[in-house]
Amino acid sequence: MLLLLTLSIGTLTAGGVWLLLRARSFDAILGLTLLSYAVNLFLFATGRPRVDAEPILTPGVAATLANTTDPLPQALVLTAIVIAFAMTALLLAIALRARAETGSDHVDSKEPQ
Amino acid sequence: MTSLLVLAALPWLGAIAMATVPAAARRIAAWLAGAVALAALALVLAAAPAVFGGEVLRFSVPWLPALGLDFGLRLDGLAWLFALLITGIGALVVLYAAWYLDPADPAPRFFTFLLLFMGAMLGVVLADNLILLVLFWELTSLSSFLLIGYWHQREDARQGARMALTITGAGGLCLLAGALLIGHIAGSTKLDVVLAAGDVIRAHPMYETALVLVLLGAFTKSAQFPFHFWLPHAMAAPTPVSAYLHSATMVKAGVFLLARLYPALGSSEPWFWIVSLVGLATLLVGAYTAIFQHDLKGLLAYSTISHLGLITLLFGLDEPLAVVAGVFHIINHATFKAGLFMSAGIIDHECGTRDMRRINGLLKYMPFTATLGMTAAAAMAGVPLLNGFLSKEMFFAETVAKEAHGAMQWLLPAGATLAGIFSVAYSLRFVHDVFFNGEPVNLPKKPHEAPFFMVLPVGLLVMLCLAVGLVPALTAGPLLGVAAQAALHGAPGAPLPEYTLAIWHGLNLPLLMSGVATAGGVALYFGLQRFINLHRVVRLPGWVSTGGRDIFMALQTGTVHAAQALTASLETGTLQRYLSLLVVVALAAGAWPFFGTGPATPMAPVRLDEAPFGVVVVALIGLAATVGTVLAYRRRLLAVVLVGAVGLAVCLAFVWFSAPDLALTQLLVEMATVVLLMLALRWLPASSPVEPARWTPWLHAGLALAAGLGVAALTWLLLSRPSASISDFFLANTLPLGGGSNAVNVIIVDFRAFDTLGEIAVFGIAALVMHALLANFDPQRVLPAGAEDDKHPLMLQLASRLVLPFAVLISLYMLLRGHNQPGGGFIAGLVLAITLLLVQVAHGHDWTTPRAGNDYRGWVGWGLLIAGATGVASWLLGSPFLTSTYDYPWLPGVGGVPLASAAAFDLGVYLVVVGGTMVMLQSIARLSKGSGGPR
Amino acid sequence: MNGPALDTLLATHGPVLPVVLPLLAGALLLLLESARSQALQRWVPWVSATATFALLALAALLLRQASGGEVQAYLVGNWPAPFGISLALDRLGALMVLLTAAVACTALVYALGGMAARGLHFHALFQFQLMGLNGAFLTADLFNLFVFFEVLLAASYGLLLHGRGAGQRQRLQAAVHYVTFNLAGSSLFLIALGLLYGVTGTLNMADLAHKLPVLPPGDVRLAQVAALLLLTVFAVKAALLPLYFWLPDTYAAASAPVGALFAIMTKVGVYAVLRVTTLVFGAEVAAPFLSLLALATLALAAVGALAATRLRGLVAYLVVASAGTLLLAAGLGSEGTLAAGLFYLINSTLVAAAWFLLADRIAAARGGSDLLQPRPLGGGWALPGAAFFVAAVAVAGVPPLAGFMGKALLLQAAGPLPMGPWVVAGVLASSLAVMVALARAGSVIFWKSAQVGAAAPDASPAHATALAGVLAAVLALAAAAGPISAYTGAAAGQLLQRQGYIDAVLGARPAPAAWDVRKEMRERGDAK
Repeated sequence: MLLLLTLSIGTLTAGGVWLLLRARSFDAILGLTLLSYAVNLFLFATGRPRVDAEPILTPGVAATLANTTDPLPQALVLTAIVIAFAMTALLLAIALRARAETGSDHVDSKEPQ
Repeated sequence: MTSLLVLAALPWLGAIAMATVPAAARRIAAWLAGAVALAALALVLAAAPAVFGGEVLRFSVPWLPALGLDFGLRLDGLAWLFALLITGIGALVVLYAAWYLDPADPAPRFFTFLLLFMGAMLGVVLADNLILLVLFWELTSLSSFLLIGYWHQREDARQGARMALTITGAGGLCLLAGALLIGHIAGSTKLDVVLAAGDVIRAHPMYETALVLVLLGAFTKSAQFPFHFWLPHAMAAPTPVSAYLHSATMVKAGVFLLARLYPALGSSEPWFWIVSLVGLATLLVGAYTAIFQHDLKGLLAYSTISHLGLITLLFGLDEPLAVVAGVFHIINHATFKAGLFMSAGIIDHECGTRDMRRINGLLKYMPFTATLGMTAAAAMAGVPLLNGFLSKEMFFAETVAKEAHGAMQWLLPAGATLAGIFSVAYSLRFVHDVFFNGEPVNLPKKPHEAPFFMVLPVGLLVMLCLAVGLVPALTAGPLLGVAAQAALHGAPGAPLPEYTLAIWHGLNLPLLMSGVATAGGVALYFGLQRFINLHRVVRLPGWVSTGGRDIFMALQTGTVHAAQALTASLETGTLQRYLSLLVVVALAAGAWPFFGTGPATPMAPVRLDEAPFGVVVVALIGLAATVGTVLAYRRRLLAVVLVGAVGLAVCLAFVWFSAPDLALTQLLVEMATVVLLMLALRWLPASSPVEPARWTPWLHAGLALAAGLGVAALTWLLLSRPSASISDFFLANTLPLGGGSNAVNVIIVDFRAFDTLGEIAVFGIAALVMHALLANFDPQRVLPAGAEDDKHPLMLQLASRLVLPFAVLISLYMLLRGHNQPGGGFIAGLVLAITLLLVQVAHGHDWTTPRAGNDYRGWVGWGLLIAGATGVASWLLGSPFLTSTYDYPWLPGVGGVPLASAAAFDLGVYLVVVGGTMVMLQSIARLSKGSGGPR
Repeated sequence: MNGPALDTLLATHGPVLPVVLPLLAGALLLLLESARSQALQRWVPWVSATATFALLALAALLLRQASGGEVQAYLVGNWPAPFGISLALDRLGALMVLLTAAVACTALVYALGGMAARGLHFHALFQFQLMGLNGAFLTADLFNLFVFFEVLLAASYGLLLHGRGAGQRQRLQAAVHYVTFNLAGSSLFLIALGLLYGVTGTLNMADLAHKLPVLPPGDVRLAQVAALLLLTVFAVKAALLPLYFWLPDTYAAASAPVGALFAIMTKVGVYAVLRVTTLVFGAEVAAPFLSLLALATLALAAVGALAATRLRGLVAYLVVASAGTLLLAAGLGSEGTLAAGLFYLINSTLVAAAWFLLADRIAAARGGSDLLQPRPLGGGWALPGAAFFVAAVAVAGVPPLAGFMGKALLLQAAGPLPMGPWVVAGVLASSLAVMVALARAGSVIFWKSAQVGAAAPDASPAHATALAGVLAAVLALAAAAGPISAYTGAAAGQLLQRQGYIDAVLGARPAPAAWDVRKEMRERGDAK
């Protein structure tokens, strides 16, 4: 199961990097989105995720890592998700405006000849 | 000795004062400069008794101890001699320039630069510290750059200035390295220490390096072969500058350095070979080239080069008497050469040209100038009864006396005599061409005698030449004594070698050499005139004179072109390349540690533990969607949908791996992202074209695969080792101290609330930037607007209107319960924002604006204010920023409500998220006036 | 606020103030800027200027406080390290904060000359940028460093794009590169952080410094990977070869005050490199790449300066060159080179800021063109010429200004090291190249160009004030070199005495709360 997680992170990274290296801003943005999924999952994985161990305390259960997953990486991922979203939106706006002003959605703002 | 400080500071103060003089006020400028120069001269003379009494005057204040740099001044015999030249000749030059400058030339600027240079030069000779010396040394280069470029309209002036700066500046940097090295060896850069540490320095393995570095500085400054070529180009400067910098002072800085550091670096084999050979080469090259110049100042420039070579050679001979002779020739050359430059300037001034092929027979037009010029030329040629003769005799004597092995034994005297012949020849050409040799050839203006105050300085200098030449022991004797003593020993007390300053030393080899030189020179000049009429020589025979310059020019242009080519090849302005480089570096960084030696990094065996069917399915869907995105990215709408699918898979992964908060946030962010991408696609091409690139995609694919493998490997490595987390603390304290049972949320709003504060700041900033970027932007202006298909499905409208109130309730509920159950400000805020957006998409901009209002920036501002203020509030309770304080009322149906700072903070978060999301979505949605929906 | 109260505030909350002040100011400015009433909007410049100059005063006081040599740790949220987020104010941090404030004041005054009005929300973004910078300089928590990096980056995106009309195209083109590149860098940052946390289980720098040496051998290489990835991210910010290629276009496109503020941006990367190499990982983790790459960066920057065809481009390369010099000092890692580097950092930052403003003035006087070709120059060249000369001398590292002193200190300290000769050769050669490049530029702009009477159309006293102020600071730096180098020397010493930092952060105890509501909660048995 963790193997699946690892596999997905790898795939997402590869896909993200590939799209990030494309020549069009929109594709690069998609790449960054995939990359942020990968990164978030990776951060998440550093907490050694487990099943049925929500970091929400229930009375009578000792509040230790033995009974719940590591909450800290989850908090970090929460922050990362939001920041990634904000930045994606920002880049999207820039790409949009750049395309409107320069007439090209190439990342270098000029059509290759 | 504060008078030293005053002396050193005077020119600078003068320059500053000069900056206030209006450009038209030429007289005032001249008077000011003259006053400064005379005052400085007076200070120098006032110090004479002490210096001649064998004292060394000092002044020092600390400046940069870390560098061993103090502002230390030191006036001994050698420094006094140079200070005298700088201030004395400086005063004459100011007088001369006052009459020389054209009314069109801005005089204050000229005198400002001149005073700057005077200050720098005084600093060089007075410096008590090698670093300080270097500091002023570079300042002479900079100020001479300004002076040479004074007539900046002229290409040759600009070029000459840059060339001089480059050569001498480079030398100065070498000198800096040398000074630091000497300081490292001697333990200090203070002159006293350095001069006393000669033996230590010479014994040190780095001695040769230090020597070469210092000599590079000296040789570039004193225009020694092969760096000599900048000097003739510096002749583009106004003649007063040439008379000052290029005869008496700046070019003498190099030989001054040789004299100054002789006790520390001199008397060694390398010194003898390098310095004497370079000096000899310069002596011959300069003298030889001078003969073939047509430009009056060119001739003088090359003659200066050769005389500097002569002085260098004398120091290179590495004999006490030679050093004495060198110092003596410094004095003599300064006097007659300054006079010669000034008379050249007069001639230029009165005839409008310096071309010796045209200015002929000036004797009858300007008899005074002619007489003075001829006398000075005679001194330059070394004619008896003039000062040049004396030091030249000493020079010949030294070349004979020096016991060098092998060829040098005869090479030195022979070279000296040959140079003597040349110098007589070019001096003769100067006299004959300019003052005799028929009539002037179509001069721009009718030549006549120059104004008295322009001739006066020349007269004074020529007087000096005569005085020294006739009664040397009375005039120059004492001065030479103290200066040479300081140069030889660096410290007072030690005796000078025996020498007599006299015109007649009896019939001896030096006298014979002089005879040969004179006769040979006369013969050479008239021979050349007769057989290859000098006036017809266009390009100089031999590469020696111009070779250096050509190489420099080639280097300069070559460097710039190479630089441009290299930069262009590196900075292609292609983002894909830059990003690829980043990936490459990251891969290298990630791989490197595994190639080094060190303990192995164990990895648990891959165990295929069975996963529930559903999980496998979800994972496979996610993977498929990822691959699909990669393959179908050209069809953007499809790609967006696929990315959304990936996001949902990630969301489910969070659910499965017991991270409900993440799952909720991911889900909502996913929705917002997809909506944004859709909205944006309206203004972007619907598909990505195929790029012309041929092989780069393969490279990118390789990089992507490597990155994927790398991250996967890291993940597996992590997952296969036990966690060493500090999180037990959070779990243990989240309820008792954090007052909530949802550990993640407590971390967000309490343990690491500071992160959250920064995070909402980022969120707000991003929204703000998007607003600023798109607010006043109408894409229809630049882009063909897509068909304004304004369709608002009725069902969606009804649904959204029904949903809205519930959404508000849900979001408030989420906000309140977040502390104990999944939820909190983020999730709550996103819920509301998404719903509002849904409404907007459903009804279109025009319906929403009046109702929901369209400016949510205020929400962001208030949210940040509230969150920040909450943090500050805890100061009032005497606890640090963002310390949470609780009370904990119990609301039926909701549960324990953290009614406290954390809640206020969470409210701030909530406002920022709602406001920010709305601002973001609207700034893109409003671009299309009608429906924000995609085509 | 009267003296004692202020002192207690600084003593108790000092490290967090440089973050809180711009945050609140920014939020307030945002409200004012988006207010509908003109009356409110009229307050914007005043609030902005007040906040910025207050920050300068605050930074000066904090520097005085830090100069004592004690590391002041601050537990945000009153949670002990490493569990909460700690801030730490040491000599280096205080220096960076003060430098930031100084540059900010210059940039702001200049911007008030008209630039700020050409676009929306300049002042709010400006304050948020300061918040991010100060947070990055003061935090002792790596993930928190990431967050503040994002804050300052997000704000810098906005500032880079600020302005309308001329240059909008270039700004957008540059922004696409700059933002995309930095977002990629942020992902890398997170991967490094995750790796570090996964191995050590902590994010607090002091705690990391404390735990890394006792890592199980099997994890050592993973930690090294994390360290190198982090340094890669910082190298992107600090403009290290081969990751600086984005910089020249970006900086050349930015408007003058923004460029001036960006003069501090590369220094954030340099700061981060210094911090993690001295405190967390030790210099050996980066050696020898760092110094070699830095030397290469320096060389290529000098080449770029020689090749530049526009003044702004030339200035951008000057920024890269100074970054190279600083990273060289950091990479060599001896106390002497660090001290020299910090001294040089002050000069290079101020003079870079001056250059961006000066380049803008010159372009304005030449009808908007900063091409290095003859163009008629408006308004006489006495003053701009003098400014150009001073700035050129200061940036090329030739006497008598502080640039020379910084480089001389560096050479003195680096000479005896194994890499010594290369360092000496590289630094001096680059100085020469820069000097030549500037001489060429100056002679074209001032000497080769005809002069016309008309001054620049948009000339404003604010421009002159800002420029004069920063140049005066550059000169003062040379005059007061003694005490300043003493401070930087002490700062370098403190960096290498990392135990002081570690003890201060890990040893900090939470303040006893005014009243312990949590106790009441526990008494009420509030699991329910």
